[in-house]
Amino acid sequence: MTIQTSRRSFLKGAAATGAALFIGGNAKGAFAAASGAADLNPFVRIAPDGIVHVVIKHFEMGQGTTTGLATLVAEELDADWETLAVDLAPGDSNRYANLFFGTQGTGGSTAIANSFMQYRQAGAAAREVLVAAAANTWGVAPADVTIEKGILKAGTNSAHFGEMVAKAATLTPSEEPTVKDPAQFTLIGKDGLRRKDSRGKTIGQTTFAMDVKVPGQVTAMILRSPRFGGTLVSFDASDAADINGFIDAKALPNGSGVAVYAKNTWSAMQARDMIEAEWDFSAAENRSTDEMIAYHQGLLDKPTYQVREGGDFAATGKALEAADTMLEIDYVFPNLAHAPMEPLNCVIEPTANGVKFYDGAQFPGITQPVVASVLDLKPEQVEVETVYAGGSFGRRATPLSDYQVEAALAFTTLGGQTPVKLVWNREDDVRGGYYRPMAAQRAKIGLKDGKIVGWDHRIAVKSILKGGPFESVLVHNGVDDVSVEGIKDSHYDIPGMAVGLTDAETPVTVLWWRSVGHSQNAYSMETLMDAAAVAAGADPVQFRLDHLAGGTPDQVRLSGVLSLAAEKAGWGTPGKHMGVAVHKSFNSYVAEVAEISVQDGAIKLEKITCAVDCGLAVNPDIIRAQMEGGIGYGLGAIMRNKITFTEGEVDQSNFPDYEPLRITDMPDIEVHIVASAEAPTGVGEPGLPPAGPALANAIFAATGTRVTTLPMTDSGIEFV
Amino acid sequence: MATNLKINGKEVSVDADADTPLLWVLRDDLDLTGTKFGCGVASCGACTVHVDGVAMRSCQTYLSDVEGTEITTIEGVSGKAAKAVQTAWRELDVVLCGYCQSGQIMQAVDLLASTPKPTNDDIDAAMAGNACRCATYHRIRAAIHHAAEIMEG
Repeated sequence: MTIQTSRRSFLKGAAATGAALFIGGNAKGAFAAASGAADLNPFVRIAPDGIVHVVIKHFEMGQGTTTGLATLVAEELDADWETLAVDLAPGDSNRYANLFFGTQGTGGSTAIANSFMQYRQAGAAAREVLVAAAANTWGVAPADVTIEKGILKAGTNSAHFGEMVAKAATLTPSEEPTVKDPAQFTLIGKDGLRRKDSRGKTIGQTTFAMDVKVPGQVTAMILRSPRFGGTLVSFDASDAADINGFIDAKALPNGSGVAVYAKNTWSAMQARDMIEAEWDFSAAENRSTDEMIAYHQGLLDKPTYQVREGGDFAATGKALEAADTMLEIDYVFPNLAHAPMEPLNCVIEPTANGVKFYDGAQFPGITQPVVASVLDLKPEQVEVETVYAGGSFGRRATPLSDYQVEAALAFTTLGGQTPVKLVWNREDDVRGGYYRPMAAQRAKIGLKDGKIVGWDHRIAVKSILKGGPFESVLVHNGVDDVSVEGIKDSHYDIPGMAVGLTDAETPVTVLWWRSVGHSQNAYSMETLMDAAAVAAGADPVQFRLDHLAGGTPDQVRLSGVLSLAAEKAGWGTPGKHMGVAVHKSFNSYVAEVAEISVQDGAIKLEKITCAVDCGLAVNPDIIRAQMEGGIGYGLGAIMRNKITFTEGEVDQSNFPDYEPLRITDMPDIEVHIVASAEAPTGVGEPGLPPAGPALANAIFAATGTRVTTLPMTDSGIEFV
Repeated sequence: MATNLKINGKEVSVDADADTPLLWVLRDDLDLTGTKFGCGVASCGACTVHVDGVAMRSCQTYLSDVEGTEITTIEGVSGKAAKAVQTAWRELDVVLCGYCQSGQIMQAVDLLASTPKPTNDDIDAAMAGNACRCATYHRIRAAIHHAAEIMEG
């Protein structure tokens, strides 16, 4: 353990603030205890009342991270789960970075994976100093002190944490606090821990950004270009003057639109509807969807990049010539909006030396520098108070901090003194871009004697990452990894496979949508494997297992979940219509079997049986919930969601024409978690990729229709 | 123009246009933010409240419609069905992001008040207008059945 050079100031702090124990990393990155938060990045705070507060560095969009990170601390500390509280960390990348990103942010299903040791060690450090304080107080050896549900005990002595925090705050934990052997876990991996965010969300008391009201705030809505890439020429707000509560309308300095200011949300909505604007569409996307599909398909002929290691189109072409059976399948994937339940919004207010955001902030580590550059501030002058987010599915994680920049521009355009609450409505959300990119794919597969001998797979899609802050990390030799993930690195043993990529260009803004490239790439891979199995006359499960027989760790784990899902689903039961898919994403392995029935020609989803291997399962019920949610989110989109364009304008506007999955669509879902001692991996996204192809393969099994143009309703599929 | 309302058992006076949606009166004028804005067109149910005990979409219910009625929001909902639903929601950890759940709960309470032992079909029919983008539907169904058991005692 490093020396606490500021021990004296910690003690002074204790006197000033009253006894409390903070555990976090000090300036040298080592764990330390203190009575104040000033010199630490606290992960644990224990108040004199003995209640343990866990500081959550990731934002909560429903994925369960408040419960997950709290579990890690509670496990090591043997804290009382019922009274444990969670606090959302402020924006501060120096203290609360995602250890995989190097900046503060949530995404890529990494929250538990990057925090697993950090939060356990924080809990272990707290335990160590509390035990030492109790041992010292009672005159016993630390080894004789036990903790049970937040109560320290030794012989006849007992005390709750709060009674020991003053002394504990003066002690120094070890540099590498000792964590429990997994065999000793009493919370990690166990069922029965209830979510920490349930209660507030069932009584209407959880604060989302939409619920924030700061003194003196005005509401701003933005009138944006109806076409992507359009810029504002002029506007007329004279009719808005009749709206009660309308304050003003001003052009944003970057030409992106008109900020409409009003006293409250309803006034802002009405006033914006009264404003007429003229736009310059010379650099805009002016095409319609049919033209855009044809454009993407045209890009498949000559791929810019061959992305599969060892892949070679010429060699693959020769292999295909030698095949006795050929499959050629074209895919079209539409743009998709994320449509989280809470429309985008945030509040920005002036502070003594900068600004402060109240935001369901997914990437505070990006928002702070980006907004700082817009407002000519330093990143540390942009405070972010993270509040609960009403869903995201990737939408709040924009590398360009699009809506926070809008709020900052609306704020500064109004004079920079008045707090501004930026609100989007559902139409803004559905038409606002940052969609999953449209994609076209074409695959040619050759089989000989029932075995795959060649696979030529081409992809045309707009890059999500190029031009953004993650380009340097995730774009290699021009290839955006997320455009081709799940195909270029397919773990099937496929001889003669080449994978081509061409970047599509369009002003339509694109973004990661839950599971990113995997959302469409697992669909093509797993429906192609199904088609290949059918062509080979093989059972789809066995055919996959035969192509996963190389013994690599990935193949072993993929085979494991595939076999488990098939067994639990009763794969092969006569009279049942089933489809299967298996996919690795975000370092987790998921197989799903979809069971459907056909009623008067319409498809009814009966059941999804899911098997997941995400390493050590920290919170089994949260894993089940994420599989259920990922499956539902994916199925709704695959069944009937699309964003389309007519001469550049989005055709959809709200839930009636971007119809979300409903309870009436939801199948029964059964989730099986593979027991594992491997490091924990993601669960927020990996449940999604297999769901669509499993359904598609079940539809093929039941009807002989192979759906390759999405959504399925565009391919003539009707659902009950 | 002032309108007198009775919300969660309390008399309040609101100064807003008669055609203002109840949703915005609740949220912006009365700071009752448990009722959520999701779509504004009665297509998602996030704004569901009870008007004289019946579930209504507050985004399409106007101030002039509710004078003289008894309005109940998630902050004030009470009684046997409400308690059972909220307990069941917590015991089964239904919520994920939670943004739609005020509306889901208000709709489920309305269902159980009139149909104490709903079938899956009853649940689907009553809840079909309440969207959840996190897709917690599987647990909502189970939690409504569980709430019915709790109510039976």
